[in-house]
Amino acid sequence: MAFPHRPDAPELPDFSMLKRLARDQLIYLLEQLPGKKDLFIEADLMSPLDRIANVSILKQHEVDKLYKVENKPALSSNEQLCFLVRPRIKNMRYIASLVNADKLAGRTRKYKVIFSPQKFHACEMVLEEEGVYGDVDFVTALCSQVVYEGLVDDTFRIKCGSVDFGPEVTSSDRSLKVLLNAEDKVFNEIRNEHFSNVFGFLSQKARNLQAQYDRRRGMDIKQMKNFVSQELKGLKQEHRLLSVHIGACESIMKKKTKQDFQELIKTEHALLEGFNIRESTSYIEEHIDRQVSPIESLRLMCLLSLTENGLIPKDYRSLKTQYLQSYGPEHLLTFSNLRRAGLLTEQAPGDTLTAVESKVSKLVTDKAAGKITDAFSSLAKRSNFRAISKKLNLIPRVDGEYDLKVPRDMAYVFSGAYVPLSCRLIEQVLERRSWQGLDEVVRLLNCSELAFTDMTKEDKASSESLRLILVVFLGGCTFSEISALRFLGREKGYRFIFLTTAVTNSARLMEAMSEVKA
Amino acid sequence: MNRTKGDEEEYWNSSKFKAFTFDDEDDELSQLKESKRAVNSLRDFVDDEDDDDLERVSWSGEPVGSISWSIKETAGNSGSSQEGREQLKSRNSFSTYAQLPKPTSTYSLSSFFRGRTRPGSFQSLSDALSDVPAKSYAPELGRPKGEYRDYSNDWSPSDTVWRLRKGKVCSLERFRSLQDKLRLLEEAVSVHDGNVITAVLIFLKRTLSKEILFRELEVRQVALRHLIHFLKEIGDQKLLLDLFRFLDRTEELALSHYCEHLNIQDPEKRKEFLKTCIGLPFSAEDSAHIQDHYTLLERQIIIEANDRHLESAGQTEIFRKHPRKASILNMPLVTTLFYSCFYHYTEAEGTFSSPVNLKKTFKIPDKQYVLTALAARAKLRAWHDVDALFTTKNWLGYTKKRAPIGFHRVVEILHKNSAPVQILQEYVNLVEDVDTKLNLATKFKCHDVVIDTCRDLKDRQQLLAYRSKVDKGSAEEEKIDAILNSSQIRWKN
Repeated sequence: MAFPHRPDAPELPDFSMLKRLARDQLIYLLEQLPGKKDLFIEADLMSPLDRIANVSILKQHEVDKLYKVENKPALSSNEQLCFLVRPRIKNMRYIASLVNADKLAGRTRKYKVIFSPQKFHACEMVLEEEGVYGDVDFVTALCSQVVYEGLVDDTFRIKCGSVDFGPEVTSSDRSLKVLLNAEDKVFNEIRNEHFSNVFGFLSQKARNLQAQYDRRRGMDIKQMKNFVSQELKGLKQEHRLLSVHIGACESIMKKKTKQDFQELIKTEHALLEGFNIRESTSYIEEHIDRQVSPIESLRLMCLLSLTENGLIPKDYRSLKTQYLQSYGPEHLLTFSNLRRAGLLTEQAPGDTLTAVESKVSKLVTDKAAGKITDAFSSLAKRSNFRAISKKLNLIPRVDGEYDLKVPRDMAYVFSGAYVPLSCRLIEQVLERRSWQGLDEVVRLLNCSELAFTDMTKEDKASSESLRLILVVFLGGCTFSEISALRFLGREKGYRFIFLTTAVTNSARLMEAMSEVKA
Repeated sequence: MNRTKGDEEEYWNSSKFKAFTFDDEDDELSQLKESKRAVNSLRDFVDDEDDDDLERVSWSGEPVGSISWSIKETAGNSGSSQEGREQLKSRNSFSTYAQLPKPTSTYSLSSFFRGRTRPGSFQSLSDALSDVPAKSYAPELGRPKGEYRDYSNDWSPSDTVWRLRKGKVCSLERFRSLQDKLRLLEEAVSVHDGNVITAVLIFLKRTLSKEILFRELEVRQVALRHLIHFLKEIGDQKLLLDLFRFLDRTEELALSHYCEHLNIQDPEKRKEFLKTCIGLPFSAEDSAHIQDHYTLLERQIIIEANDRHLESAGQTEIFRKHPRKASILNMPLVTTLFYSCFYHYTEAEGTFSSPVNLKKTFKIPDKQYVLTALAARAKLRAWHDVDALFTTKNWLGYTKKRAPIGFHRVVEILHKNSAPVQILQEYVNLVEDVDTKLNLATKFKCHDVVIDTCRDLKDRQQLLAYRSKVDKGSAEEEKIDAILNSSQIRWKN
């Protein structure tokens, strides 16, 4: 039930303005060092820089050569050096050593350092309590993604909107870097789709393409000329995009069947539902024994811990020992990090699920508990996943088959098993146009610091108009959540603009926690 | 959760999973392959037209004109790499990056900053900038020099924090008294800006004694967390340990100290360092892990030295046939066990490199041991060893095969290592669950097992279906026919 476009709906802001602003700032900074200069860029910043300025623009501002910041001595012979780096200690040390090396060699040069961003990201401060949005929903971040864009991110890693496809995808001996956005017409249509729908779509498109090309057989000169001038370019573009995405799908399929994806998803769903825990635990144990993947094993353990409110001590000890034996004893440190972040914890006696549930339900029915009680704050770092999930109906009850071809709710992003918490919250708040009726939920989420802004004033428009909504994710969000909200938007007639500090997935989250750099 | 067995069956078979499984994997894959064929067949047609408009892409995959492409070019040119020169040769003209949007508005942003407006539309931003002699400035950056100097002495903590947030240069020296410093810190914490808090902490670290700093931070959790994070980033291990000691956070103290081992590359030195970690105040379990880590590295050093010697002597067959690809140092225990099962399988318990010794020393559970030994012997195609792994003699002297890991896993590992069908067949037969057995047998073409199982299940339809899959005139076909014609079996379908 999609809402048609209304002519009086507010315009979407022009986001290319943001790009131009950034570019202008950069240009200004570059011009502060007039004359020819070499630019050293930190690896992480190369992709973002590509999005806002390209090499010809840099050259116009007298940037001569481009280098990557790495652990090698700089070969630049230029008199002026410019560094574009993140404000990290190790970058400072790099620059300092370069400058000192120059000094030792008796060389004088001019240096300029440009920091980006000026402030640290909220997502770097994982320990921060300020990041209450960031702490709340780890479960979504830990699930395997099954919408196309999420799968591409999980399999190939999307960086700054672009992805590197290796030779196995491009069916040639080259790699290809592809920018994935709405301009890629093929991608735009499949990005939010459940993976099972993607093949059908691509094969349909391939057949259409073939039919289009075949038309040229019956053409006369005039028609052919017309065809070449009007349609050919578009078709060639489509052909290129199609072959890339088909290649990507093939690659994803190969990896998935190798990994026994089916078993993996079954286990994830069982964990989300709180069902068959022993079997899931032995699946994880086997996963570790076989040394399948340190990141994947960790991810599954965290998912178990979050959904079950911590592992039972026996399991915690035995899985930890096995993990250290399979992947290395230094991961002792990783476990300590995860424990502190609340991602992988051990149940203390009295912390079993039933005990917690009764504690929590007692608090919620106690009307006098307007403030956070001691008992509740002791649960501060514990996940109340089951309680929240029940209250918000995050695990949809389904009679009969869950139709992925025509999804009925946002849970399709996880094959019908789970609605991401953030998406459900947004849906509820938008429907009620306030936080009314959600007090219990708020308390369960531990959001003592949530600010309630009054939303009623702006809603002069009738309830049917296309509401424009800005969603801000502090601490990161996943492609699955974005797809789910797009679905919501289509259903309810909202238009969303997403602003996030980072796009994340389970692998990035686990790598950040892992003390040992692979 | 309390659910009955019946519920469980229902659950696993429920359509929720059917919704997305790879059961129809063959269909989907063939659909995909068909699409691919369709697309590829058009490739010739597409490629022989002149493709001026398409984005040019370099050999390494980056779009020509992008930052990463340019960096690779530079690196290629400065070295003497073949690739670099090839890139130079194959490069045509320098084309603009296709995705760059052309601004279509009447005014460009930079014209605002110039302080006068420019009518008319621009061709491109670069045109606009190269035309104008006046210096352009972006917001926030073009303040008069005066602002950079600290004129006033009267800035309060909140003013100072505000300036710090804006990234302005700001001297904190005037906060001399402890009270002033703490007020400044509290102000920084209240605005929730990590960068500012860190800036203030750097100042406090420099101007306060260790004891006072620690004492004050002990009661300020947020600032404390920042300091710990900062000390870790900057690598000030000594101060960090002092801090933990002061706070009596003994476990973190121990972990922080242990963490340092990652910076020690030399194995002997690392081993010595690990030894110093053993007595530290870890939890009971963690102490055991640390002890194991030390023992493991100790063993690995011995094994490594020994094996390197053997390998270079060239007399040992296993090392000649399968030269080592990497050193065993710092590998996880399971990897070490695999290595030991691969290269030192037959050694007696007394040696450091024998698998049995490893099992005993580190109390490796049977499951893990059998799994690893199986993987190693299967890789070497040592089927007799595999056999021996699972064969036990019961008290009557009869041999029987048992496995702590489930025979379906055994079959998978054997298959992965291209075990001959007879061997596979034997182990498929041992799989307990009938459905799994049938699936595996079909997947791996263990005809006899399929046939026998269908017969045992009295499933005629399935047997008939399987008949069409075997080769015409083969022994299997004959066998199926014999069974189908047998009057002794009471078929259920």
